[in-house]
Amino acid sequence: MSEHMMPVHFWVNGEAVNKPIPVRQHLVDFLREDLGLTGSHLGCEHGVCGACQVLVDGVLVRGCLSLAVSANGKTVQTIEGLSERAEFQQLQKAFLAHNAFQCGFCSSGMLLSAYSIVQDYPKATRTDIRELISGNYCRCTGYQSIVDAIEEVLIQNALHAPNPVDPS
Amino acid sequence: MKSPDFDYVKPTRLAQALSLLAEHEGEVQILAGGQSLLAMMNLRMSWPKLLVDITGLSELRTIALQGPSLRIGALVTHAQLLSSALVSTHVPLLFQSASHVAHLAIRNVGTIGGSLALADPAAEYPAVALCLNATLVLQGLHGERRVSAQNFFQGLYQTDLRAGELITAIEFASVQANEVQVFRELARRRGDYALVGMAMALRVKQGRIDGARLAFLAVGDQPVLALKTMQHLQGQVLRELALPACLAGLRSELIPKADLQAQSTTKAHWAGVLLSRALGAIGEGVA
Repeated sequence: MSEHMMPVHFWVNGEAVNKPIPVRQHLVDFLREDLGLTGSHLGCEHGVCGACQVLVDGVLVRGCLSLAVSANGKTVQTIEGLSERAEFQQLQKAFLAHNAFQCGFCSSGMLLSAYSIVQDYPKATRTDIRELISGNYCRCTGYQSIVDAIEEVLIQNALHAPNPVDPS
Repeated sequence: MKSPDFDYVKPTRLAQALSLLAEHEGEVQILAGGQSLLAMMNLRMSWPKLLVDITGLSELRTIALQGPSLRIGALVTHAQLLSSALVSTHVPLLFQSASHVAHLAIRNVGTIGGSLALADPAAEYPAVALCLNATLVLQGLHGERRVSAQNFFQGLYQTDLRAGELITAIEFASVQANEVQVFRELARRRGDYALVGMAMALRVKQGRIDGARLAFLAVGDQPVLALKTMQHLQGQVLRELALPACLAGLRSELIPKADLQAQSTTKAHWAGVLLSRALGAIGEGVA
């Protein structure tokens, strides 16, 4: 029996995708196998490890718990596309400086969570950071240096943020 | 693992979704956030022939006050609940519980309707809905039914949802001026499945408890009300509450099911810890 296919049209890292794809295929299998974007990793394939994270319409999602056909009409950004941005490179540099990459398997998912934290939780404390990355497993257990790296970027950004206007 | 093959339709109107559910009865699943369903399909614990993706039905995404209650559309995500001033003001119990649901990426996608329809015994919203006896609004091809949470949850992953129906909204009565709502949960990490959790709503009139609701999660096949403890609390002076008597009462009525995480007596102990912490927080007025 041939599997069900559906034509889709969406954008991955700014490039249009226009083709029929199997409906049962999850987003990361499509990215890895059809587009060769192997930066998003597959660990558990049931939403526990966080290695597969990507942005869909700018929102952080588990790639393994998203159907590729559900991305129809949307924009997808992966670690490959995001790595072009200065604010993402700032995180990558901090990870490197703190030795927060060990085996590297969790790094792309972890960086995606870190990027969400920098964008949406600029005032996160170390405790907040730990909670916000609690959906990402690092089996090298390198959490300490990952938290250090994210915290450093938040501090850098706070220092360089424009000073609030004095209301008096 | 990968999901087996299935067909997929994404309707743009509710009527179309309901026709598909009726037409494919028994072999169809509704895809809302999919944060449990797609995992179960990847693990091959669920194998629908057809997925009806309802995420295009934007009318199910709204949160609105309707008279004395707050109506929350089935497709409202955990992240939306956590950023809603209406939810934090009118249903603080639900707001508190949402911060215990899963992790960042899953909160962005998972929905309240999906969680209620799945009825996982360790999930937060079923216990919150039961505690506040919320009303589930169910829609089928032949009309709408309104079911109270007390009648909706019927067992392990079992609900009153009939074939061809979907949850369109859930309605919570707004918190009263004299009501305190507290959610507490124990988990190995924040966001992990609960070891045990508790939802409590107390109304206080001139220092006396005038209406107590208490529901526990992750203690059995479905969320349960601690009816005897609720009765025991009724009429007591809040400031003079004897905690040991409350805990003894709870221990006599709540006999949790053991699971992979803990044995029954351990869970019963944790349930008591949560109750004493919650009552302590209310006593200090910092709930």
